[in-house]
Amino acid sequence: MTDTASRELPLQEIDEVIIRFAGDSGDGMQLTGDQFTSISAALGNDLSTLPEFPAEIRAPQGTLAGVSAFQVRISDFDITTPGDAPTVLVAMNPAALKAQLHNLTQGGALILNTDAFNERNLEKAGYSSNPLDDGTLDDYRAYPVPMSQITRDAVAEHGVKPRDAERSKNFFALGLISWMYTRPVEPTFEFINTKFRGREQVINANTAAFKAGYNFGETAEIFEAHYEVKPAPLAPGEYTNVNGNTALAWGCVVAGQLARLPVFLGSYPITPASDILHEMSLKKNFGVRTFQAEDEIAAAASAVGAAFGGALAFTSTSGPGLALKGETLSLAVSLELPMVVLDIQRGGPSTGLPTKPEQADLMMAMYGRHSESPLPVVAPRSPADCFDIAIEASRIALKYRTPVIVLSDGYLANSSEPWLLPDVDSLPDIGVEFATEFNGTNEDGDGIYLPYLRDPESLARPWAIPGTPGLMHRVGGIEKEDGTGNISYDPENHQLMVDVRQAKIDGVDVPDVEVAGDVDADLVMLGWGSTWGAIDAAAGRLRDDGFEVAHVHLRHLNPLPANLGDVLRRYRAVVCPEMNKGQLSDLVRARYLIDVEHFGKIDGVPFTTGEVTAAVRKRLEELSGSN
Amino acid sequence: MTDTSITPTTQPGDWASDQEVRWCPGCGDYSILTAMRMLMPSLGTEPHNTVFVSGIGCAARFPYYMNSYGVHGIHGRAPAIATGLAMARPDLDVWVIGGDGDMLSIGGNHLIHALRRNVKIKVLLFNNQIYGLTKGQFSPTSEIGKVTKSSPMGSLDAPFNPLAVALGAEASFVARTHDMDRQHMMETFRRAHEHDGAAFVEVFQNCNVFNDGAFEGVTKKQNRDANLIPLKNGEPIQFGADGEFGVIDESGCARVVHTAEVGTDELLMHDESKHDPSTAFMLARLARGPFEPTPVGVFRAVRRSEYAMASTRQLAAAQEKQGPADISQLLRSRGTWYV
Repeated sequence: MTDTASRELPLQEIDEVIIRFAGDSGDGMQLTGDQFTSISAALGNDLSTLPEFPAEIRAPQGTLAGVSAFQVRISDFDITTPGDAPTVLVAMNPAALKAQLHNLTQGGALILNTDAFNERNLEKAGYSSNPLDDGTLDDYRAYPVPMSQITRDAVAEHGVKPRDAERSKNFFALGLISWMYTRPVEPTFEFINTKFRGREQVINANTAAFKAGYNFGETAEIFEAHYEVKPAPLAPGEYTNVNGNTALAWGCVVAGQLARLPVFLGSYPITPASDILHEMSLKKNFGVRTFQAEDEIAAAASAVGAAFGGALAFTSTSGPGLALKGETLSLAVSLELPMVVLDIQRGGPSTGLPTKPEQADLMMAMYGRHSESPLPVVAPRSPADCFDIAIEASRIALKYRTPVIVLSDGYLANSSEPWLLPDVDSLPDIGVEFATEFNGTNEDGDGIYLPYLRDPESLARPWAIPGTPGLMHRVGGIEKEDGTGNISYDPENHQLMVDVRQAKIDGVDVPDVEVAGDVDADLVMLGWGSTWGAIDAAAGRLRDDGFEVAHVHLRHLNPLPANLGDVLRRYRAVVCPEMNKGQLSDLVRARYLIDVEHFGKIDGVPFTTGEVTAAVRKRLEELSGSN
Repeated sequence: MTDTSITPTTQPGDWASDQEVRWCPGCGDYSILTAMRMLMPSLGTEPHNTVFVSGIGCAARFPYYMNSYGVHGIHGRAPAIATGLAMARPDLDVWVIGGDGDMLSIGGNHLIHALRRNVKIKVLLFNNQIYGLTKGQFSPTSEIGKVTKSSPMGSLDAPFNPLAVALGAEASFVARTHDMDRQHMMETFRRAHEHDGAAFVEVFQNCNVFNDGAFEGVTKKQNRDANLIPLKNGEPIQFGADGEFGVIDESGCARVVHTAEVGTDELLMHDESKHDPSTAFMLARLARGPFEPTPVGVFRAVRRSEYAMASTRQLAAAQEKQGPADISQLLRSRGTWYV
C-alpha cells in the first residue's frame, strides 16, 4: 500500500486467529470488529464473533465499567464458537487492558495504545504502576503503539479539530490489524465512504487513520511477521454475515411471506431484544406493522388483537418482559390464537445482567403462567438458526393456533457467523386456511359456526377472522364450551378443555432428535439453544483426544421429541451443559426418570469449548475407569 | 341529527347474540346494551365488520351479548388488544367496553396511551363508581370516604375524573352520557362512531346492587332540569327547565350562574371543535360529583391523524421507496460473498 518499497516481512500462514478489540464504549470497538469481520467473511474465512458491551451507554470514560469489546475468530476450518481465549488483544486504554488481559492466552499478542497510558487513565483503571514497564506484560508479546499521536498527525492535514482527530484512532487500529492479517484495504475504504456519506471530513480523517495504521505495521519495525489465514472449506454458495437478532427478525418477516399473512410485531424496548424491533421496523415494505407499545403487557396484548384480526403476530422481549406477558399468554392459550413470543434471554433475576446471556427462562417459558397453560417452546442453536427457528415457531403457531415461545439469548442475539443463504424456493409453505363457512348446524338444522370445533388430527380450532360474513363469534378467557365456545362452568367440560389443550400441544409434530458424533459412545452431551457451538466444538476436541462422545441438541423443548427418552437411555451417562441451575436437566429427569447430570454456569459469559471439554473429559475418564 | 342517507340492512334483533344476558336484574348495563343494539342498524355497518373488545368486569361481558365478532380479554388490557386489532385491520369497527376499574385502575395505562395515539377505537367506559364483579369494593372513581367492604372506615383515595383523564391524554373525542336516556346514549355513541380516531365516552351507569343511585342526583327525571347540562355545539351552555341557568368562564374556571343575572351573551359558547382542550377540561371539572350541575354530551371532537391509517401510509411509503416484498433481496441486504 505504501508507495515506497517496504521491508519484506515473512508471511506466515496460520489456521486461525482470535482477536479481541477493547476500548472505551465511545471508542468504536464494535464498529471496528464488525468491519474486520466483514472483510474476513468476504475472504472466505469461517468466523464467529462475540461482542461484549456494558449496560451503560457511556460509562465514565477510561473506567473499567466503560470497557466495550468485540471478539472475532477467523479460521481456515469449520468453527462453531468465537473461541475460548483471544490470541490477540487490542487495548485502546489502560482500563481495556485491565479488564481484558486475563482473557488473553499466555504468549498472546498485545497491541497497546501507549498514548492512553497516562497517569490519569492509569489511576482510573486502578493501576498503581504502569503495566507497560512494571512486568505485568512479561508473559505476552506486547507491541506498544502511540496510536493517538500518529492518528492526530495523520488526520491533521484534513482540517480536523484536534479534539475530534483522536476519534479516528479505531480506524488506525483496524488498519494495523488489517496489515497484520493481510486483509484487503479496498472494502474498508468503501465501507468508510458509505458509512459516513456526506461527511467528507470524517471520510478523509478515517481513511487517513486507517492508512496510517496499515503503513505503521509495514514500516515500524516492531513486528516480526505478518500472517495469512486462508479461506475455510465452506460449502459452496452465497453467504452473508448475520447475528442472531437480525436473523430472527428476518425469519419473522419471511414467515409472514411464507404464510401469506401480514406481520404484526408488538414490542416494548428491552435489552438485548430491541434490535429485533429496530430491524423489523425497517421492513415496512413487507407489510410489517411494528407497534412500540406502552409496556410489555400491551405489546403482548396488541399481538393477541392482531392475531384475532388475522395477522401473523409477534412480540419480542427478554426475561423481565416475558414475566409481565405471562397473563396475556395464558389468554392466548385460552383463545387458541397463533402468536410467537421471542424471548432473548439475559442474566437475572430482576434487571440482572441486561447485556449478558443466560438460559434461565426455560422453566418460565414452560410453566410460567397461571393454571394449566401449555404452549410450545423452541430454541435456536446458532445465529443463522434464528432465521429457521422463527419460521418453525410461526409454522407451529399457525398450524395449532397457539402461542409459541422462542428462547434465544444475548449471546446468539449479538454473535454473528457466515450464513449460507437458503434457496428461497425451498422455504416451507406455512400458510393456513381461514374458516369461511359454517362448520355445524343448530337444533333447527341451520348452519352455524363452531369456533371450538377441532380438527380431529391437529386438535386445532378453526380460525375465522372478523370481516367474514356469517361467522361472527366471541372468544374469551372464561372457560369455553367445547365446540360452541360459549361460556361454560360445567365441571366435565372444563376437564375436557384442559385435557384437550394439553393434548394439542403434546401432539405438535416435532422431528425426532438425531445423535451427532459417536452414536455408540458411553456418554452423550445433551444441550439446547446457544450452547450448541461450544458443545459441538468440545465433541471435536474430545474425539481428537481419542474419546468417543455423542451429542444430542434440542431445538424443540416443548413438546420434546418423541424419541428423546429412548435415545438418552442408550447412554451410561447424560451430561447437560446449560447456562442455568439445571432447568433442562430437571425437565428431562422428571419426564423420563433419566439421571441427567447437570453441568452449569451462570456468569454471564457463554460456555467456552475448554470448559465443556474439561468437564466431559473428567466424566469420560471416570466412566472408562469404572469399566 | 340522524343520518338519513343510510338504509339499514339489519334490525336491532340481528345484533343480539343467542347468549342469555346475565347481568343483575335492574342493572344499568341493560339499557346501554339496548341502546347499542338499537343504534347499530342505523350506522350502516354489518355485524361481521364489527368487533367488541373488553377486559374484565361486569361491563366486560358486553361482547358476549352482541352478535358481532368479540374478544373478552383480560383485566385492563382491552385498549391494548383493540389497538393491535385496529392496527392490523383498519377496515373494522372496533368498540372497547369496560368499567371504571378495568379502564382506570388496572388498565389506566393502556387507556391513556390508546387515546394519545388516536387509534380508531371507540371506548365506552361504564362508570358505576364501584367494583361490581368482585362484590363491592371502592373503585378509582368512588368518592373519598366511600364505605365499602375494603374500606370500612371510608376510602382514602381521591377519585379520577374520567373525562379529565381522557382530556389530559389529548383524546380527540370525549363525551359523556348516562344510562337513563336511551336517545342521548344512541346519539353520543353515533357521534363516537363517526369520529375518525379514538373516541372516549363515559357512561354514567347505575349498579343497583353495590352502589344504587350513585348518579340519581343528575340522571333521575326530576333532577335533570336542575343538574343535567346538555352540551350543544355552537350554542350557549344553558340548562334548567327554561334555560334559567348557564355556565360562564370565570378566569379559567367554569361557574354556574343564573342566566338572567349575566345575560345569554355572557354564557360560555360550546365549541367542541376547539383544539385547545382547556375549556373542555374546565367543563369536565365543573361538577365535583354527580350531585351538582353536570354537563353531558360531546365535550371535545377534533381532527387529528388517525394511528392505524398513519401506519398504513408508512407501509405504502416504504413500498414506494424500498420496492415490494422480496425475500431474496432481504437476505442479501447486508452484503454477500460467494464461496
